[in-house]
Amino acid sequence: MKLNTFKIGGVHPPENKISAALPIKTLPPPKQVRLLLSQHLGQPAVPVVKKGDRVKVGALIAGGEAFISANIHSSVSGTVLKIDNVIDVSGYRKEAIVIQREGDEWEDSIDRSEELNNDITLAPEEIIDKIKEMGIVGLGGAAFPSHVKYLPLPGDAAKADTLVINGVECEPYLTADHRVMLEKSDEILSGIRVMMKAGRVDRAIIGIEANKADAIELLSGKARAIPGLEIVPLKVKYPQGAEKQLIKALLNREIPSGKLPLDVSCIINNIGTALAVYEAVQKNKPLIERVVTMTGKSLKKTGNFKVRMGSPASILLEALQEELPPGTARIICGGPMMGKAVNNLEIPISKGTSGFLLLDEREARRKETKNCIRCAKCISVCPMGLEPYLLEKLAERRNFEACETEDIVDCMECGSCSFTCPSNRFLLDYIRYGKTNVMRIMRDRR
Amino acid sequence: MNPVIIFPILTLGAAAAGAAMILFLVAKKFKVEEDPRIDDAADFLPGVNCGGCGFPGCRGFAEALVEAADKGNISGLMCPVGGSDTMTEVGVFLGVEVAESDPTVAVVRCNGSREKAPPKLSFDGPAKCYVSHALFCGEHGCAFGCLGLGDCVAVCEFDAIRIDTETRLPVVDAKKCVSCGVCVKACPRNIIEIRPKGRKERRVWVGCMNLEKGGVAMKNCKVACIGCGKCAKACPEKIRAIGLEKNLAYIDPQKCIACGLCIPVCPTGAILATFQPAVKKAKASPGNLEQSKKETGEAAQKGVET
Repeated sequence: MKLNTFKIGGVHPPENKISAALPIKTLPPPKQVRLLLSQHLGQPAVPVVKKGDRVKVGALIAGGEAFISANIHSSVSGTVLKIDNVIDVSGYRKEAIVIQREGDEWEDSIDRSEELNNDITLAPEEIIDKIKEMGIVGLGGAAFPSHVKYLPLPGDAAKADTLVINGVECEPYLTADHRVMLEKSDEILSGIRVMMKAGRVDRAIIGIEANKADAIELLSGKARAIPGLEIVPLKVKYPQGAEKQLIKALLNREIPSGKLPLDVSCIINNIGTALAVYEAVQKNKPLIERVVTMTGKSLKKTGNFKVRMGSPASILLEALQEELPPGTARIICGGPMMGKAVNNLEIPISKGTSGFLLLDEREARRKETKNCIRCAKCISVCPMGLEPYLLEKLAERRNFEACETEDIVDCMECGSCSFTCPSNRFLLDYIRYGKTNVMRIMRDRR
Repeated sequence: MNPVIIFPILTLGAAAAGAAMILFLVAKKFKVEEDPRIDDAADFLPGVNCGGCGFPGCRGFAEALVEAADKGNISGLMCPVGGSDTMTEVGVFLGVEVAESDPTVAVVRCNGSREKAPPKLSFDGPAKCYVSHALFCGEHGCAFGCLGLGDCVAVCEFDAIRIDTETRLPVVDAKKCVSCGVCVKACPRNIIEIRPKGRKERRVWVGCMNLEKGGVAMKNCKVACIGCGKCAKACPEKIRAIGLEKNLAYIDPQKCIACGLCIPVCPTGAILATFQPAVKKAKASPGNLEQSKKETGEAAQKGVET
């Protein structure tokens, strides 16, 4: 059978899904959590608790008042120690609420039973409000507040007809979504039904890459019971998990530059988000836990863990009963392609964290940069059809006007260009720099 | 003569004459009246076109000078390269008074050397401060400190700044520096400041930009300003040149008399100077004093090569 994939660009990095067969372990809550106020795209949330307040698990501690923002809930029960600046993934200090744990007392409204709740009683608007209230954001990595996707666009814009669920997990090493699909399939399917109702669509597609055959089989078997739901296996290719690429692969619809999935009548969410939506709407549980992968070739054991938000990454190593392996050269938050190197293991796990990866000296080393030989490999692999070599040059010269006309903001920073460059040029480094500046200029202009 | 030669000569000649006529008329009609003083004023200027004055090159500055001179006041304009002498000459030529202005120089407001702020990470991306700043906080972990990749060196037209190989900090050569301010703009962390040269090359400044609380700042760098305010208290009653804002002290160069009283009291040695401070009554503990003395001595050697 010929499998679908997106048409232009893409690369095939080694998969290295070491932890794919390891079941998800739930970790006990840590002694202290540090919940960043900006775990999502958009405006940071505003704290509604102050120092010394006692909170239970699931209590609202910061509210997202802006249109694109998300609520943040306490992931442990205890006392608010302080609202302070902590080092986040970027290495810069960001505001966070620090909570010291005392016991593990949950809010009474949360249904903690394992029982599957398949009755969707709420109306679409109520579901969207619930998603907003429970602070659900996209768990694929970008952490875009989910409720915004279900709100109709202003004016008489297109109405969604399809819900696309992203079970691709194209990043090498990461296996969190794969395990969630295998272990929480009923909850996910129930969550998808909730999302279909919220988005008022009667068709849903789950796209899964063909390297996750067990998940495809399991979900296909169960999906028959749900009308309008379809499981589509996809050819393995990076970055298929990006929303534009996935919609192209599944529906052959192309999102124009600067437009949203809703412009081609799609709503797209990650598989982890489907689980979070199920828990929020059916079980009344805010987004206080997520599944992360701890992996790396230098580790003796790897694993997938369900952890409370705001836990330090070091608890993952503790759970594996391992020390940081000697010779670790890079700690990467996220996958090897799009992840960010961090400077310690104390950084808090936030809503967008999908895993941690340890690389040794040999894997982490960047080869010596040579001159661009105009081979155009970067152009042929760019999934957005950009010219990375040109953008690099323009960003290096800080010619941001030209960067803008060359559509630098369409770059999703997938890293395919840097991965494929035979001269090992700093393509993505410069493009990221240029993109940040162009986006700032565009914001200022408005 | 052969008509094959004569015909082209005549036609081309006529065309040339016609074109010359048109050019002549156009030049007459659209002649731009320009003040002849602009060219002469430009001759007084250094002609390096560094842009330090804020105008597009020396000629642009000359135009601005002549325009301002017609209004009778050029005090707002300053050529940082030529300095006071050039401005006086131009002022005499244009027939306007020029107030005497203090010469200025660039200073580096970070003292986080390799030793004082040891690297915790290694950065293997492009060796440009502006890219590094956009992507992460720096090898030392200080989000305000010098990245040491030399964007300021790359833009300096006068070879007046270099990165010390040992400390990985920029070092300004006060003799060569014309305080054009190009490095100030190039630094993504705004570490370089233009300050008055001071009487007898005596100047004092805070060698830190860190706005974090003391303990947090000290985690990354041993010579960070912790905002304790001791220097502000040590500053003589009548001067009060040191202000404290967001955990960071700032010495106002207009008020500072470079007495050096603030230097020994700084517990971290974050205040830099171009001279050895005279040790009077020791307010700080002897240990601190020794350390501060040593560090300011170092700064005097390394910071400025006069």
